[in-house]
Amino acid sequence: MEYNGGSVVAMVGKGCVAIASDLRLGNQALGISSNFQKIFPITDRIYLGLPGLATDVTTLKEQFRYRVNMYTIKEEREIEPEAFAHLVSSTLYERRFGPYFIEPVMAGLTKKPSGEYRPFIAASDLIGCLNFAKDFVVAGTASSKLFGVAEGLWEPDLEPEDLFETISQTLLNAVDRDAYSGWGAIVHVITPESVITRTLKGRMD
Amino acid sequence: MAQTRSFNPYTENGGTILAISGQDFSVIAGDTRQSEGYSIQTRYAPKVFRLTDRAVLAVNGFAADGNMFVKKVKQRLEWYKHAHSKDMPLKAIARLIQTMLYAKRFFPYYVYNILGGIEEDGTGAVYSFDPVGSYEREACRAAGAAQSLVQPFLDNQIYFKNQVAAPGTTHPAHLPLPDVLSIVIDSFTSATERHIEVGDGLEVYIVLAKGRDLQDFEAIRARNVHLTQELTVTEDGERIFVMRLDLKKD
Amino acid sequence: MAAAATVYNPAGFDFSNQIRNNFLADRGLPLPKATSTGTTIVGCLFKDGIILGADTRATEGDIVADKNCEKIHYITESIRCCGAGTAADTEFTTAMISSNMELHGLSTGRKPRVVTAMTMLKQYLFRYQGHVGAALVLGGVDATGPHLFTIHPHGSTDKLPYVTMGSGSLAAMAVFEAQWKPNMTREAALDLVNAAISAGIFNDLGSGSNVDACVITATKTDMLRNFVKPNERVTKERTYGFRRGTTAFTKEEIRSLVVQEEIIGVRDDAMDIDGS
Repeated sequence: MEYNGGSVVAMVGKGCVAIASDLRLGNQALGISSNFQKIFPITDRIYLGLPGLATDVTTLKEQFRYRVNMYTIKEEREIEPEAFAHLVSSTLYERRFGPYFIEPVMAGLTKKPSGEYRPFIAASDLIGCLNFAKDFVVAGTASSKLFGVAEGLWEPDLEPEDLFETISQTLLNAVDRDAYSGWGAIVHVITPESVITRTLKGRMD
Repeated sequence: MAQTRSFNPYTENGGTILAISGQDFSVIAGDTRQSEGYSIQTRYAPKVFRLTDRAVLAVNGFAADGNMFVKKVKQRLEWYKHAHSKDMPLKAIARLIQTMLYAKRFFPYYVYNILGGIEEDGTGAVYSFDPVGSYEREACRAAGAAQSLVQPFLDNQIYFKNQVAAPGTTHPAHLPLPDVLSIVIDSFTSATERHIEVGDGLEVYIVLAKGRDLQDFEAIRARNVHLTQELTVTEDGERIFVMRLDLKKD
Repeated sequence: MAAAATVYNPAGFDFSNQIRNNFLADRGLPLPKATSTGTTIVGCLFKDGIILGADTRATEGDIVADKNCEKIHYITESIRCCGAGTAADTEFTTAMISSNMELHGLSTGRKPRVVTAMTMLKQYLFRYQGHVGAALVLGGVDATGPHLFTIHPHGSTDKLPYVTMGSGSLAAMAVFEAQWKPNMTREAALDLVNAAISAGIFNDLGSGSNVDACVITATKTDMLRNFVKPNERVTKERTYGFRRGTTAFTKEEIRSLVVQEEIIGVRDDAMDIDGS
């Protein structure tokens, strides 16, 4: 994780979810890029964050794109977040004894039979152990900092705009205390109607 | 074949300490759990100690070294009092701690120190140290097992880091005492949730400057009468209190 | 790449990253910590069957990764398995054995036995020589009565009337050794399991949060998720909501997920000449 650095956090709000990451790509302590995307859209309403070894970020992004496409073709429907979480989990566990150095974080909205959307977040360790939290999940080199700040700042039932503030503040303050994360940040707030993507203004050191 | 054996004189005993200074007060807190590995050695081992009526020292790291270090600091302060007929000023205690730590540069006390209290000019102050005596005066500092969880939260809530002030306003340089106490308590309950070595009990020392209006403090004290105890000894004017609260025990 | 030809890779683990990972390890890159369940898990025999118990804390080093995870895994309707050790291993091993037990039941036409699950688990774990880090407490009731086993990561097993595993096993076993008796009632046994798990929760740092229990009898299995919750977080001293506009951002992009359709009339009403 410390080779390239980077961190991701996801949070649940009222009828919405948010996922945010830093934008740093490093070679250990040396910063290489301040525009390295670690969060990828999987479907309209599922976003996946892949903090960890950069080569595996690229490999897995493509691997998941391929597997989700195959799923969509075979099932003739879009994948739901729960099923996608298990797809991620089994993809990682397949390499239990030679893992990808990635700790994925997922955020999405699940369509209920009534047509309403239910917030969904999940995280996995590098060998596919899923963690379905009801509040927030974190991963990456700043994970302990993110845990501390999120545990302090997170509140239930935040509206999309308030959730944006809380997740942004959590991420910015956590990565400012982490040498391997930072160099810009990006936040996605997923609501049933739209996805709001904002690039944050933060410290660049 | 040559065999190497070694004795490691150090261990880590978990726990976390933190201190925040205000305009005319200082708050120093620490949890009371002492652990080694996955075992709890005791649920009540104080990490925060009254040195004088205007100085409180929190020590965290290797408990045996911490207790010995506090004992030696207290001894030096006692000698100072006999020699000069007054308590040592806070900034002098800070320098004393530096020299005492650096004296053992090559066999250090395995502890992080945070000194909090009131300066001679009546302002609240916090000094933080590394194990070999490098120190700095700050407005707030967390140390110990959950430092990485608590410090960024404090950056955000005390220094207002990454927060844009509402149009036409600025962030305050010092927070009022009730806000600081709330943030201290919430920092510890959060750290207890996410760090296995933090929990059991919380001791919060509150040092109030000479002649400070006590209205806000009395309101908090009234809500926690049985939990709050006054430790003031001298008639110099500074007052010192300790509040003992419960933390989760799992 | 084999994966390009088919959606599914061949069965078993894929070791192809090992050369690269060993190279990275030699370069001093630390392997990220896997989630482990520091855990207290127990099982005990009582008058009518088996009770299993578990705490709900999952840790990554000294950080709590999940405050309320599930450690009692489904094997069959009347067999359950508690897992300690590497969380992913306990999860996948029990899931795989659960499928194989279902298939076994289908092919034999009988309800599969606890010993069958135990044998499948121990043979699987032995094959991986302890590298699949699952320490299990397996319990259930079948045609031959109630059975309770512990299975260690290397594949060794024990059959005992009361068992504990995980980092809190000593704390829990102390309670069992002091209080367990043969032929306890359901209520007494459930209290005992609760006391044993609680001993782990409060005295072992690797265990924490809530007590899960599972009562298995010949007729019914009751999964008592969050049976006791002795560690609810107290309400915070203040709220930490931010004023909207607190966080500065440089770029915003809004992708609408609602299909917008504007209907443009092709007929001009001013030109309406229907002769009215």
